[in-house]
Amino acid sequence: MSVLLDIRGVTRRYPRPRKRLFQEEAPLVAVDNVSVQIAQGRTLGIVGESGSGKSTLARMVMAFEAPDAGEVLFEGKNIHALTRRELQALRPEFQMIFQDPFGSLDPRRSVGWSVAQPLRAAGRTADPALIARTLEQVGLRAADVDRFPHQFSGGQRQRIAIARAIVTRPKLLVADEAVSALDVSVRAQILNLLMDLQEEMGLGILFISHDLAVVSSLCDDLLVLRNGVVVEQGSAAGILNAPGHEYTHTLLTAARLELQGEGAA
Amino acid sequence: MTTRAINLRIGAFLVIVLSAVALLSLVWTPYDHTMLSVTEKFRPTSAAHWLGTDQLGRDVLSLLMAASVNSLAVAFIAVGVGGAIGTALGLTASACGGWVETAIMRLADLGFAFPALLFAIMLAAAFGPSLSNAILAIAFINVPIFARVARGAANQIWTRDYVLAGRAAGASQFSLTVEHVLPNISAALIVQATIEFAVAILAEAALSYLGLGAQPPMPSWGRMLNEAQTLMYLAPQLAIYPGLCIIAAVLGFGLLGDGLRDVSDPRLARGRA
Amino acid sequence: MIEVQDLSVRFGEAEALRRISLTLTPGERLGLVGESGSGKSMLGLALMGMLPEQAAMSGRLTIDAHDLSGAADREWREMRARKVAMIFQEPMMALNPLRRVGDTVMEPLRLHLGLSKSDARRRALELFEETGIQDPEEKLRQYPHELSGGQRQRVLIALALACDPGILIADEPTTALDAHVALRITDLLTRLARDRGMMLVFISHDLAAVARTAETVAVMYGGEIVEMGPVGQVLSDPKHPYTKGLLHARPTITGGELRKRLPMIPGNVPALADLPPGCRFSGRCAVELPHCAGTRPAIHAVGGSRSCACHRVPEVMDGAME
Repeated sequence: MSVLLDIRGVTRRYPRPRKRLFQEEAPLVAVDNVSVQIAQGRTLGIVGESGSGKSTLARMVMAFEAPDAGEVLFEGKNIHALTRRELQALRPEFQMIFQDPFGSLDPRRSVGWSVAQPLRAAGRTADPALIARTLEQVGLRAADVDRFPHQFSGGQRQRIAIARAIVTRPKLLVADEAVSALDVSVRAQILNLLMDLQEEMGLGILFISHDLAVVSSLCDDLLVLRNGVVVEQGSAAGILNAPGHEYTHTLLTAARLELQGEGAA
Repeated sequence: MTTRAINLRIGAFLVIVLSAVALLSLVWTPYDHTMLSVTEKFRPTSAAHWLGTDQLGRDVLSLLMAASVNSLAVAFIAVGVGGAIGTALGLTASACGGWVETAIMRLADLGFAFPALLFAIMLAAAFGPSLSNAILAIAFINVPIFARVARGAANQIWTRDYVLAGRAAGASQFSLTVEHVLPNISAALIVQATIEFAVAILAEAALSYLGLGAQPPMPSWGRMLNEAQTLMYLAPQLAIYPGLCIIAAVLGFGLLGDGLRDVSDPRLARGRA
Repeated sequence: MIEVQDLSVRFGEAEALRRISLTLTPGERLGLVGESGSGKSMLGLALMGMLPEQAAMSGRLTIDAHDLSGAADREWREMRARKVAMIFQEPMMALNPLRRVGDTVMEPLRLHLGLSKSDARRRALELFEETGIQDPEEKLRQYPHELSGGQRQRVLIALALACDPGILIADEPTTALDAHVALRITDLLTRLARDRGMMLVFISHDLAAVARTAETVAVMYGGEIVEMGPVGQVLSDPKHPYTKGLLHARPTITGGELRKRLPMIPGNVPALADLPPGCRFSGRCAVELPHCAGTRPAIHAVGGSRSCACHRVPEVMDGAME
């Protein structure tokens, strides 16, 4: 299976404001020498708590910011070395879904407009039939194109955001806490949808979450991040069955439903 | 009813009445406001002349009505032009960031430091006093104001996920600005424009009062005030009527703007209380 | 002791809470679990007498034999000062950023208990120690922004405990925290309730957190308690279709079986105004009958101290529906 995304020794530092006049603060290392690959049609889960650097990593993969060291190769191309035009031409190939379905859609734009945005930006025609088909693919109705985000529930909005992300038929989908803001019953629907789409379209998925249970339900491989450093990485089954690090173990405990008291199974 | 709603309603009422009168004056005034009459000077209020006549025998009500068009038109053009330029600058600053943003905002600071009146006098000295120079001066003071407001509001919108989603989709900075940022800061801009409208009306009156704005025979509240000044003891009403008009217009747009702002952003309202 | 009987809260036409009945004995830990719009937070607010002004409440609410059904604001203030305390999801919001946290905690001690400044300080220090704050002396002098999220939540718990309340209502206290910090906070709340004989109402959308903290669980949907009972029994052998759906929809780490589709509850959580008049869960239910949407289900006793509000409970109990 071919490698879709190759993250090689990526490091990102942020300068910290100085607290004293004559002493410069050491920079914050948000991501420290992370290397990992995603193959076509596979899912890589990145687990970490706040400040672990998981979102910074996502932003670098999306080329929103550049690493200070290392490189991100998409199908062999270093995306941070591309010209603006080349990057724009490549964008339809890798798309993103965000955490907050209330914030990731412009409240003033119709569903159809938002879903067609990646097509327009790529200079393609926004074929209404394609938009309709994509909306149906994510479990919405074709008639929803003319409605506005505020007319939808959180789960439905996340479906709209997914429709926008897959309308260009990308090869890679980056999902940053894409189900964290959703209710449990709706979360299952969205996770299933992602799995279905992956099978249908052969998507590679980079799935980022703080919740190990959610990640484990759809990932092939796993990377556990803490303070920007890789704590553990490998196959999801291997790590979940036998966590090799105390930190992973804590995350597992927090994610498990442990019953206590009488009648506990 | 809250004070906000009252502000909004009084403001809206005054603005609507004023606009209606201005529109009406385009097609009808009781008398031709340029018509002089030696026999009808300094007439008090009567059935024929509701607000009496002035030192040249012109009908005061007709003059006030005709002047209202000038006030509103000057404010509209000046705020429109200044606001458009300022907004464009603010959006550019916000979209580009870095040294471009710094440069634009320092220029705006410079504009702030420059008194409008001084600019108007300069223009008058260079090109002679005229209404268009007054408009230019008022537009000029609006540029840095709108640059600041637009940039501040735009910077907030740039942090939203839907803008990031647009970037992920591959949209350029320009299309992100036009498609996402501008529509989402329009409420803030409209509120600011309404408030600046009030300021512009006051500025036009002040400049005309100083002889730097509307030139005779074009009617203007500010100039009426100026002309009535020497006749204060003889006919105080000639100064009071245009004064009341200015107050009503400024208050109307001011209250409307405040009210709109409070409705569109409750946080600001609380901050001001 | 808290007794709630047929408590309903309406906002105009919409019913945010419908005929809630529950009893809480001293030292008992109750978990209120549900999704957004389930009414769990509204019930927490009702127990604090902090419902929004437009809300119309009916039914009976008694705290320590004190009938608070139509109580005036003054009565509730007294109650909140002495008996009921609450902590929230976002501790940063609940702390004054310009005051040292020690001063914040000392305020109710001086105001409500009339302690002198040095006594209040000593008591605040004890509270900080009790809630497991490290270096309590130093922390007293710090400002909220200097503390981590977990420490802030501990400060808020200390503040809530200041006047020795009989009841602590915790509304999503761990949602904004990292998993390993959340674990310690739930442990702390459990220990405090046990040691002090304090009633704990733990409100959360997180089944795992509720399972860890509560003894009794009330599963809420659409403003109603659909199922209630000892947490171990309810979560290991759920009777209500919603509880079942919720448990199954939850991704679990059992090891081995990865990448499997999750059984899901169809549809979306409806808005308050769109709830069906009968069973709130109708329309999304897998075992729904034609009359479910129009008729309110009775609250059936399902063995021991458990109850379940579902038309099909009798059949479920017969084992006819597995």
